Amino acid sequence: MAAKKNQQFDPVETLHAIEEKFEMVQVLNEEGEIVNKDYDPNLSDEQLEELMKRMVYTRILDQRSISLNRQGRLGFYAPTAGQEASQLASHFALEKEDFILPGYRDVPQLIWHGWPLHQAFLFSRGHFKGNQMAEGLNILPPQIIIGAQFIQAAGVALGMQKRKKEAVAVTYTGDGGSSQGDFYEGINFAGAFRAPAIFIVQNNQFAISTPRELQTSAKTIAQKAVSAGIPGVLVDGMDPLAVYAVTRDARERAVKGEGPTLIETMCYRYGPHTMAGDDPTRYRTSDIDSEWEKKDPLVRFRKYLEAKGLWNEEKENEVIEKAKEEIKAAIKEADGTPKQKVSDLLGIMYEEVPFNVQEQLDIYKAKESK
Amino acid sequence: MAQMTMIQAITDALKTEMKNDENVLVFGEDVGNNGGVFRATEGLQKEFGEDRVFDTPLAESGIGGLAIGLGLQGYRPVPEIQFFGFVFEVMDSISGQMARMRYRSGGTLTSPVTIRSPFGGGVHTPEMHADSLEGLMTSQPGLKVVIPATPYDAKGLLISAIRDNDPVIFLEHMKLYRSFRQEVPEEEYTIPLGKADVKREGTDLSIITYGAMVQESMKAAEELEKDGHSVEVVDLRTVQPLDIEAIIASVEKTNRAIVVQEAQKQAGIAANVVAEINDRAILSLEAPVLRVTAPDSVFPFSQAEQVWLPNAKDIVETAKKVLNF
Repeated sequence: MAAKKNQQFDPVETLHAIEEKFEMVQVLNEEGEIVNKDYDPNLSDEQLEELMKRMVYTRILDQRSISLNRQGRLGFYAPTAGQEASQLASHFALEKEDFILPGYRDVPQLIWHGWPLHQAFLFSRGHFKGNQMAEGLNILPPQIIIGAQFIQAAGVALGMQKRKKEAVAVTYTGDGGSSQGDFYEGINFAGAFRAPAIFIVQNNQFAISTPRELQTSAKTIAQKAVSAGIPGVLVDGMDPLAVYAVTRDARERAVKGEGPTLIETMCYRYGPHTMAGDDPTRYRTSDIDSEWEKKDPLVRFRKYLEAKGLWNEEKENEVIEKAKEEIKAAIKEADGTPKQKVSDLLGIMYEEVPFNVQEQLDIYKAKESK
Repeated sequence: MAQMTMIQAITDALKTEMKNDENVLVFGEDVGNNGGVFRATEGLQKEFGEDRVFDTPLAESGIGGLAIGLGLQGYRPVPEIQFFGFVFEVMDSISGQMARMRYRSGGTLTSPVTIRSPFGGGVHTPEMHADSLEGLMTSQPGLKVVIPATPYDAKGLLISAIRDNDPVIFLEHMKLYRSFRQEVPEEEYTIPLGKADVKREGTDLSIITYGAMVQESMKAAEELEKDGHSVEVVDLRTVQPLDIEAIIASVEKTNRAIVVQEAQKQAGIAANVVAEINDRAILSLEAPVLRVTAPDSVFPFSQAEQVWLPNAKDIVETAKKVLNF
């Protein structure tokens, strides 16, 4: 006998109905044409140019970081090319007082929030001076544990709410991060407290090698917001205007006391997971690579700005030169930073050095002075 | 002075610090309206409001993350983990995050969090409620770990823990919550973290212990006195950092020592205490330093726990071996 259809409620149909709702928001298509005029954030010419500058600068920073890593002049590095719109256009919607809790690929947002380049390089090299944030710089160093930043973002956001700040906590992870328990706990806590947080999942299709389809049966990651009772939005992560617009709206809701938002940016990383031996040819075909390269955020934004008369080769070259010079200077500054010592680390384990640590501190100081 | 149980002394300490510092926040599962499953936070929400004393969703990891984030906004979070056996759910926030915040930020950021949590055997809990997991915490540099044995100590130590700018794990033995009362001053006072307390002076043997085993050790000391042995009981109070000076001073006086803990032999901190004595006072010793601990099984189902837990009789037996060596 066939199972009877439940007349009151059809769970399968409901799931499909919800999933169908999560359409991808796009403003600027691959050809650099506005396809959703109503949702165009109408940035000023100056803002458009600034956003383009940041994306070009960051693409150069990525290329230089990769070659510096290969020369042994940088340490841990997670390539960012392909994710410029996702990272920088979302950041472009933030204010200085907003607090960023990044994943390890989110160095660009930190730099544009005010993290000096030489400190980012020191972080990469594994030097604690990289993580000494200046007073008033509202960022944490990149989080290594996938998802830990989501629950902390809920806490920062709740603190901002209690302090009555007009600011938000913004955190980033990848598609793999959305499988972590901390992802759910973070969005759920922030939702329960209606805390001003923005949770951004940069869905770059692969968690190291594991494809997005293996992470979850959910059709979109954005729809996971429904489980926490908060708004979720899927956005074309290669489209700077759409990413900017959805982040701006999320921020607006948050500071108005309407709680957190989950944003899924559909994007791609062209490079390997990190520079520590990952080989993307083991899990991606060049066909997929070239399909995504056609969607490139810089290409479409360049076309759009050129058509508006806001961008040309000369401007692009100016940014490239500036980036190269600043990177060179920052490396020089990082090179000039005194080496860290074991005694430095022992000295900052606690506010007051306890007896056992003090003994070891003295031993290392004596060793280091030889 | 008032007579207080340990749970009353803890509530009193929380009240004291909530009054002293408006940045102190108390939160966790059922700590608000319900006042906590052991009533440690009884009346706090009523007195200080829902903004400062609040219930969270049921997720320990989330509670840990919340504490870290609130700490970054200048608050002094005092979250409760309902039972310390649930700590595995929040290990990353404790070991991976709070304990490293100061170090990771090159000394610029802190996690001034005090995690309060009940633990300890002898009260017939279901599984995962009673385990002595302090050894997990003391393996992590960057944390302080406090285990009071009396109501008086609980109040003074908790106030110090909340005021401390480093993360403190404050473990409250469930059996001690209401087992006895003690004179506890109503006014505020602090007991420094990292300082042991000689609960009983003696000259023939040092019992180095903490938590609920302090009471058992005191009973054992009385028993041994009947046979003419003068026994000193050193209550560590803080198990990280250890008060090594106090341990060594006592051992150098008595020349004989045993270490007593409720945790299994392979867990806890007893092995570390023995190693410190060997490193620093081996020439003072007249006998090997022995341990009294629970056996190396997981914490037993409650029907077996009275046999499994170390008690005064076990302590007397081991003490005699050392005294008669």
